[in-house]
Amino acid sequence: MIKSFTVLDLLDLDLKEHDALDLHCIGGRPGLTRDIRVPDINRPGLALNGFFDNFGEDRIQVFGRGETAYLQELEEAGRTEVFAEYFQHQMPCVLFTHGLDPTPAFFTQAEQSHTPVLKTDLPSSELSSRLMRALSNVFAAVETIHGVLVEVFGIGVLILGDSGVGKSETALELVERGHRLVADDAVEIRCIAGNILLGQGANRALGHHMEIRGLGIINITHLFGVGAIRENKQIQLVVCLEYWDSNKEYDRIGAEDRTREILGVKVPILEIPVKPGRNIPIIIETAARNERLKKMGYYSAREFNQSVLKWLESENARSRYVQNSHEEHHD
Amino acid sequence: MIERDVTVTNRAGIHARPAALIVQTAAKYQSQIMFTKDGEEINAKSIMGIITLGAAYQAVITIRAEGSDEQDAVDALATLFDKRFEEE
Repeated sequence: MIKSFTVLDLLDLDLKEHDALDLHCIGGRPGLTRDIRVPDINRPGLALNGFFDNFGEDRIQVFGRGETAYLQELEEAGRTEVFAEYFQHQMPCVLFTHGLDPTPAFFTQAEQSHTPVLKTDLPSSELSSRLMRALSNVFAAVETIHGVLVEVFGIGVLILGDSGVGKSETALELVERGHRLVADDAVEIRCIAGNILLGQGANRALGHHMEIRGLGIINITHLFGVGAIRENKQIQLVVCLEYWDSNKEYDRIGAEDRTREILGVKVPILEIPVKPGRNIPIIIETAARNERLKKMGYYSAREFNQSVLKWLESENARSRYVQNSHEEHHD
Repeated sequence: MIERDVTVTNRAGIHARPAALIVQTAAKYQSQIMFTKDGEEINAKSIMGIITLGAAYQAVITIRAEGSDEQDAVDALATLFDKRFEEE
């Protein structure tokens, strides 16, 4: 879980394109260290009318066109006494959309109470959906797992296994074969929207580096180019590498789906025994292709078994026919 | 299972060289060894994992070992921290 998420952290979120919040702070800076504890917003219409029952004071206060017009009307009529009561509440921040500015008396009160005043050019509806998305990512359940995350043929494959089993080497070979590295060693996994596991490097500042025994630490971006890396990826398949154990039964057919639960989400898992001479990257590539087929509704192992059953049945019918005609002949 | 808190006492914090020392020491033991800092847990046998922790000067790390040689493993790792990885 995250330790704390302040308004400053919100401003620092590096979101791009259709996720960008486009926020800047125009006042109340001493309050930027206030915590945001609830991933939700509040439209303060009722509060501005002096009704503070069940007031969502722990939420980000969003002022759109309506609220701002109302502030103006309040100030023109000289009814600004409600502002003092409003700012007695420890709200994380007040946020103006549509590039609107707060009214002077309101702004002064915000400054005095050290409540951060933020501003964005986005319209309220767009801002609230982006903000909710960003906050739900921040407040999502998080787990850091020791493994390597690669994207193979568009499938996010999380490679797990004991240290020294060859996770990084396998990932390196996959990158060499044109696939993408998302994170090596420490993969931070977030559960988004209840059923999506998004993985990324646990420390963004360290970028896409890998440790290969005998080589040391290498920079994948510089060695293989930007095409060989990816910032984050949904985890769709878990591959668990283990030392070959001749006493253990490995899946020989693959008709049943095994899953592993991460943060309450079930992900298909494959246990792949490692021994010299087994080309693990190619096995993982094939597993990723197979996973894509499954997503399209085609299960290799099941279809194969169906044909076997069909064949056995026809063979059975034929031998019975042959037997019957023999018997008729004898009669 | 054994747990012990250690503090990073070398000025530079855990950069590549101390991380390599930790991994080399941890790899000598059979036990499963984990480091925890601020709720983030990583495998002590993984160099990138340890660097990812971002353990700066005075950071507190919990060493947790589980296995047949857990006591020796924790002692050896704690000694590394006490000796400041032989740095300033």
